[in-house]
Amino acid sequence: MSEQVVLSPKDFKSDQEVRWCAGCGDHAVLSAVHRSMAELGLDKEKYVVISGIGCSSRFPYYMNTFAMHSIHGRAAPISSGVKLANPELNVWMITGDGDSMAIGGNHFIHLVRRNIDINLILLNNQIYGLTKGQYSPTSLEGQITKTSPYGSIETPFHPGALVVGAQGTFFARSIDNNLKLSTRIFTEAAQFKGTSVVEVLQNCVIYNDKAHGYLTDKEHKEDRQLILEHGKSMIYGKDRDKGIVLDGLSLKVVKIGEDGISEKDILVHDAHTKNPLMHLLIANMLNPEFPVALGVIRAVPTETYEDKFYKQMEVVKEKSPIKSMQDLLHSGNVWTV
Amino acid sequence: MYLCCHKNMSKKMTDNIEKIKELEEVVIRFSGDSGDGMQLTGSLFSDTSALLGNDLATFPDYPAEIRAPQGTVGGVSGFQVHFGQSEVNTPGDYADVLVAMNPAALKANLKLIKRGGTIIIDIDSFTEKNFEKAGCVSDPLKQLGYRDYNIIKAPISTLTRESLKGLNLDTKSILRSKNMFALGMVYWLFHRPLEFTQKFLENKFKKIPIVIEANKIVLKAGYYYAETIEALHPSYRVAPARIEKGTYRNINGNIATAWGLIAAAEKADLKLFLGSYPITPASEILQELSKRKDLGVKTFQAEDEIAGICTAIGASFAGQLAVTSTSGPGLSLKTEAIGLAIIMELPLVIVNVQRGGPSTGLPTKTEQSDLMQALFGRHGESPLVVLAASSPSNCFKYAFEAARIALEHMTPVILLTDGFLANGSEPWKIPDMKSLPKITPPIVKEDTEDYQPYRRLNDEMVRGWAVAGTKGLEHRLGGLEKMAVTGTVSYVPENHQVMTYEREKKIEKVVSKVPDIKVLGEQEGELLLIGWGGTYGHLYTAYRELKKEGFKLGFAHFNYIKPLPANTYNTFKKYKNLLVCELNLGQFANYLRLNFQDLEFMQYNKIQGLPFTVSEIKEKILTVLQEETK
Repeated sequence: MSEQVVLSPKDFKSDQEVRWCAGCGDHAVLSAVHRSMAELGLDKEKYVVISGIGCSSRFPYYMNTFAMHSIHGRAAPISSGVKLANPELNVWMITGDGDSMAIGGNHFIHLVRRNIDINLILLNNQIYGLTKGQYSPTSLEGQITKTSPYGSIETPFHPGALVVGAQGTFFARSIDNNLKLSTRIFTEAAQFKGTSVVEVLQNCVIYNDKAHGYLTDKEHKEDRQLILEHGKSMIYGKDRDKGIVLDGLSLKVVKIGEDGISEKDILVHDAHTKNPLMHLLIANMLNPEFPVALGVIRAVPTETYEDKFYKQMEVVKEKSPIKSMQDLLHSGNVWTV
Repeated sequence: MYLCCHKNMSKKMTDNIEKIKELEEVVIRFSGDSGDGMQLTGSLFSDTSALLGNDLATFPDYPAEIRAPQGTVGGVSGFQVHFGQSEVNTPGDYADVLVAMNPAALKANLKLIKRGGTIIIDIDSFTEKNFEKAGCVSDPLKQLGYRDYNIIKAPISTLTRESLKGLNLDTKSILRSKNMFALGMVYWLFHRPLEFTQKFLENKFKKIPIVIEANKIVLKAGYYYAETIEALHPSYRVAPARIEKGTYRNINGNIATAWGLIAAAEKADLKLFLGSYPITPASEILQELSKRKDLGVKTFQAEDEIAGICTAIGASFAGQLAVTSTSGPGLSLKTEAIGLAIIMELPLVIVNVQRGGPSTGLPTKTEQSDLMQALFGRHGESPLVVLAASSPSNCFKYAFEAARIALEHMTPVILLTDGFLANGSEPWKIPDMKSLPKITPPIVKEDTEDYQPYRRLNDEMVRGWAVAGTKGLEHRLGGLEKMAVTGTVSYVPENHQVMTYEREKKIEKVVSKVPDIKVLGEQEGELLLIGWGGTYGHLYTAYRELKKEGFKLGFAHFNYIKPLPANTYNTFKKYKNLLVCELNLGQFANYLRLNFQDLEFMQYNKIQGLPFTVSEIKEKILTVLQEETK
């Protein structure tokens, strides 16, 4: 086979000028994907990047890999078709909160349910950017947008909750301005066998600026973010003095050293447990009551769809007397005149 | 291979020899409640007849409801088979023999029985209660002029029960086998052996021997009953057809379509991928291909119609023969994705098994409903190739052809079949795989220097297929307008016009693969009968019969819709009258008008969810010819 070529992030950049707005969170996500692909060390032709429609879905044009900018909401089935056709390909799906939570919502849950090995990067800016500022399924209740001039009255989707509800095997969350974290998560997602959903909280500088501003505020971000690692306690805060404990069937923020709470009382993150309840609670933690959880929330290795698909095919091939079209044509009731 | 019970009866048969009538062709219609097993009964009779060498055509006609209320006209399921010793191209207009398992079945089919025909009814089911269920004021038998028909009132239910007395079976199972009694009677009437059906039962119920035994007993009971009662004499013989030598099998349109696709994949040396969603009457294609994992066929039952076609587009990007199958409503849902495949110029076959529309329309009934949608049903200038199969068995040929054109011309192709072709079956001379042409898609080799996604490779303007995963060919495709040659995104106004022309021209150039239209009969003159797709059998039979009767006309039937055969216009110009017959309001006629604006087209249209009858076509043609002589 070909000798191992070491690729750098810039090998994954296409020659096309990137046309996102200055200050858009997508730029950083693109860089993280370039870095992660270089880190993964696969041959360039093994990567396929598929997107739907939306600002984030322009992504494929900026990738120097096989890529397709498809139609609104349909990146999930197109990615599925690519992966089933050739399981050796490393398939990335780039989508947004409109593309995957609204028009492509149905495809999203079915992809997750089937557990096809696809890395799904969902850029969530809680707004429709490409169509210039209408509310999305993840927009907050009360959010003022062009189509909700008096405030949105809809209940937003939480992508993590949908993944858990659809019996997903992998869910992680990152934020656009943390390039290091995004790169690490993307690489872990790509190495995970199964549908890996990574929600990237992303800023739309034009139509929903500072959507995640509270979370990213330089002064307070350590107190508002909880960066998870499997096997480590859920401790956070500027002074590493806050933690998460279970209180009945809910989570609670506690202060270490107060009310007799010590480090050992704090929950230890187990991303690998099959039971999705804790993952659901963690994924649903919202500011300001809780820190927002970043990192890999759930990663439960489960046999992939394509593994089962090809395994079954081999079994049938071995058992069947029909080995060619000619055999099939002459099978069953035939007669000669 | 003649079976035992024939031998046992050989003496009796010789006694009756003078009572056997030779017939050229016969139409039998089996009808009953949708739970009565009429589809199976009809299929078994057809298979037996085919094995004996008859030519035949079948037409299953069933309700959309799985179990409509018992005994109602809405719940009647019918299976018509037309078999003969000469060429048979339609399931027949009217039945020589009608089997009616209940009053509703008789009521539903009163208009479909030939004068003088034989009607076999289960007299046990002709009760006041069942008349009421069927919505009859009184016995529907009374509506028939007794003298015009040979009515056999057989106590089918009673005799079925009687013959199974010794077996330990519940009433439900007993009554379920009464269709075998009717089948046994019909077998005797037409001198068919029971062997094939017996073998079928042995296979089908391998695990429940008592059911095999019961069905066999009832089958024979029906056979003997028919022999015993005088009313059925004479019996009939339909000699084997004088058909081309070869190995044959029965095949319906859906199976033929599925197999044509597998054959194409084999000839292209590609894997076949079907992304689909179940829909009547196309589901059988997905079902059949799902069975064919043994041949490496990949099927994906998607979450909806859109996902069906989108998985296929993904598979096409990754280098497989990609197909999606559907029917009208599904085609509507797929239109946006078809547009994507058009702009990306990826090979894709879309099989549309047409049914009555609009909306949910008539899911189980046939109609040439979607020609306009196939041709024009997308936003933007979005040309593609449209083909139509014209008999159950040639669905194989046109599925193969659709795949060949898609792969060699890098384009989506819509193959139109319909409910009539999909469910109808006929004997088919099995092709030799070696006789099928090799398919050579323009796959780009790895590390090809200066690869450009939208460079046209040949006179046909085909672009190269750079399969995802091939070294050195990384490129981007998408729904945004492409720059000519490089394929990068382009908003340049002039480029959009260039690319729009290129896409249109590329489809026009598929004409190099389209054979000239051949006219049967008169090569010029008063009248050209024109059809397309699934109506071939009926139109051809009407043409053949009129020709035999001394009328002069030509007949042209189209399988290639876009592009049309190159000689179409010159062919049409040779006739004074052009009569387009189709099962819609004139979609093909309008398409022809669009293409040939100086020609006038007459129309004959039927929109009843049913195929044409030969007699109505003949009548229409005669009206036109008589107008001419006036």
